[in-house]
Amino acid sequence: MKLSYRYAAAGVAAAALFAAAGCSSSSSSGSGGSSVNWANETSASAGGGMSALVKAAKAEGTLNVIALPPTWANYGTIISTFEKDYGIKVNSALPDGTSQQEVDAVKTENGTSKAPDVVDIGMAVALANTSLFAPYEVSTWSSIPTAQKAPNGLWVQDYGGYMAVGYSSKFGTITSLNDLLSPKFKNAVALNGNPTSANAALNGVMMASLAEGGSASNIADGVSFFQKLKAAGNFSPVSATGATIKAGTTPVVFNWDYLNLGSYVGVSNWKVFIPSNAVLGGYYAQAINKNAPHPAAARLWEEFLYSQSATGGQNLWLQGGARPVEQTAMTSNGSIDTSAASKLPSVTGTPTFLSPTQATDAANYLAANWAKAVS
Amino acid sequence: MAVAATSETGARPSRAGRRLAAPAWVGTVPFLAYVAIFLLWPTGIVVVDSLKNPNGAWAFSNVTELGNSLVRGYFIGSFKLCLLSSVSGAVLGAILAYAIASGNPDGTVRRLYLAVSGVLSQFGGVTLAFAFLVTIGPVGLLFHASWYYDFPWGIGLIYTYFQIPLMVLVFLPAIDGVKVQWREASENLGASAWQYWRYVGGPLLMPAFLGGLLLLFANALSAFATIEAWENQIAYIVPQQISTALSSEVGLSNVNVADLLALGMVVMVAIVMTGYALLQRRAARWLR
Repeated sequence: MKLSYRYAAAGVAAAALFAAAGCSSSSSSGSGGSSVNWANETSASAGGGMSALVKAAKAEGTLNVIALPPTWANYGTIISTFEKDYGIKVNSALPDGTSQQEVDAVKTENGTSKAPDVVDIGMAVALANTSLFAPYEVSTWSSIPTAQKAPNGLWVQDYGGYMAVGYSSKFGTITSLNDLLSPKFKNAVALNGNPTSANAALNGVMMASLAEGGSASNIADGVSFFQKLKAAGNFSPVSATGATIKAGTTPVVFNWDYLNLGSYVGVSNWKVFIPSNAVLGGYYAQAINKNAPHPAAARLWEEFLYSQSATGGQNLWLQGGARPVEQTAMTSNGSIDTSAASKLPSVTGTPTFLSPTQATDAANYLAANWAKAVS
Repeated sequence: MAVAATSETGARPSRAGRRLAAPAWVGTVPFLAYVAIFLLWPTGIVVVDSLKNPNGAWAFSNVTELGNSLVRGYFIGSFKLCLLSSVSGAVLGAILAYAIASGNPDGTVRRLYLAVSGVLSQFGGVTLAFAFLVTIGPVGLLFHASWYYDFPWGIGLIYTYFQIPLMVLVFLPAIDGVKVQWREASENLGASAWQYWRYVGGPLLMPAFLGGLLLLFANALSAFATIEAWENQIAYIVPQQISTALSSEVGLSNVNVADLLALGMVVMVAIVMTGYALLQRRAARWLR
C-alpha cells in the first residue's frame, strides 16, 4: 500500500515536471511566465505585469526581511497583511538590528537562501552601499517626489517623520528647547542612542542646532546645547526605551515623531513638541538586494509597500504614525487614510532635510567633539 | 615533543607495551584544537584585519589611530572602570568570603550565600542596569544621588554588584584551605592578629587573591551590555566604541577600526597578565 502510493506520487511529480517544462517552453515567446528572470527586471510592467509578478512571487513562496521591529511604524501589521494577501511567508530576521547590520547581512549571507531580499535603511547607509542594490521602479513611481528617490530606483525613500521632543505632561507644556535647561528637568533629557552611532540621535542633536539658530551645515550649536544641558545636570545618558519611559526614568526623549507618540511609547500622559524653527525631517529608504534569493517576492514586497490602497503599505505606515513618502500625492488623489493622517503631530514651519554631505559633516564633527562635550 | 613522548613510553611498565601505544601528547589534542579554534584563530583574524583598510588592502598606518587622543580616552576609561570595580569587588568579596568561611561550614547561611553568589555573579546586562535605574535612578524607589551617572563611579558601583559575588565564589575555597590550627599555633607563639595576617594568613592567601583580582579585571573589561543600558549616549569604554565602529548608522562604521580596538584590548590584557605574573611570582615566593 505504502509502496504503491510512493510510486504514484513519483509519477504525479514527473508528470507535473513535464507539464511545467512544456509550459515554460511554450510561453517563452509569449507574455511573461516563469521564464522571466525577475532579478533583472526594473519594473513590474517590464517583467510582464503585476499578475506575472504575483505568480512568480507566489512560486518563490518566501520573502526574507531584516531589522523590522513589529512595533516600529506598524511593521507587524504590514508583514501579516502581506503574508495574508499573497500567501507568501515572511522570514523576519534580527528585528532590532541597525541599518549597518542589514547591509552587513547582505554581504555576509550573499548567495545563501537566508540573505535579506530587501532592506529598510537610513540614508547614510543607503548611499554608501548602492553597489549592493538592484534598480527597481514601483508602479506608483510618479507619486514619489524626485528628491526622495535615486533616479534609477536603486533606493527609494519609504516613510519618515520629524524630529520631536516627547515628554511627560507632568512638566507642563514645552514651548522652546531652552525650557529644557530649567532645573525641573534634572537628569531627565535623553537622546535615543549615541549620535556617533544612531541616526535618530544625530538628528536629535541637529534639531537642537537648528533651534539654537544654527544651520543644517553646522551641528556645532547642537553639541553646545547638549553641553549646556549636561552642565545644568539635565542630560540623562540612559538608553531611552519604552521600558525606561514607562518607568519614568527618561521623561524627556528626542526621537522621530512616529517613535515618540504616546500611542507608540505606551504612556498616556505623553506630549510631543516639534519646535517651529527646527522642523527636521528624516526618511528611511527601501532597496532590493541585487542578489536576492527571492527576486520576485522582493519586488512584489516593494509594490505592496508603495501601494496606495486602503490596506497597502503607504496607509499602513501612516496608521503607525509614520509619514509615507507618497503622502502628498495620496492627499490630492484622495487615497489617504484621513483619520490616521489627522492623528499625526501638527507641524508648522518649513521642514529641513539633511543632504548627504551635511549628514556626513555632522557625523564627523560629532566623532571628534561629542564625547568631549558631554562626558 | 617527540622526545618527551618517547621517555614517557619508556618509563611505563613493560606490560603496557602490548597496548596500542599512543604518544602522551595525543591527550592534549582536543584542548589544543579548542584553543586554536576559539582563541588563536579569532585573535589572528583580529590582528590581520586591524592592519587592513575596508577594501582589504594592507594599511599599517591604522595603528596610528591608537595614538588618537579620543581612542586613548576609551582605553583610559576602560582601565579606570576595570581597576575601580575589580579592586573594590575583590576587597569586599574577600572580606565577605572570610565572613562566610568563619561560620558553620554546613550551615544554612553559607549555603544561602553561595547560592545567591552563584546567581548574582551572572547577573548583568540590561536587567541589572534597569534594576538600578528603578531603585536608585532619577525617579528611583529608594533614593537618588546625581553622581550615579558620573563615570566611572556610578557604573563602577553597579559592576561591583556582580564582581563581589564572583570574588566570593573564587576566593572561598582558598580561605577554606587555611587551617584553624595555624592561627592557634601562631597565637601560642605570641603573635598578634596583625602579625598572623601579615606573616601567615596574608602570604598564604595572596596568590589566590591576586588571581581573583585578575579574573575580576578581565570580567569587567569585556562587560558591555550593562554600561550600554546605563549610559549609551556617550562612549566611555573600548567595547562601546567597538560597537559604534561596527554598527554606526551615520557613516562612521569601520570594521578595521573595530578590529584595531579589539587588538588594543588584547594588548591591554597581555600587559595586565604580565603584571599579574610578576606579582604572583613575588607573592608565591614562599612556596618555592
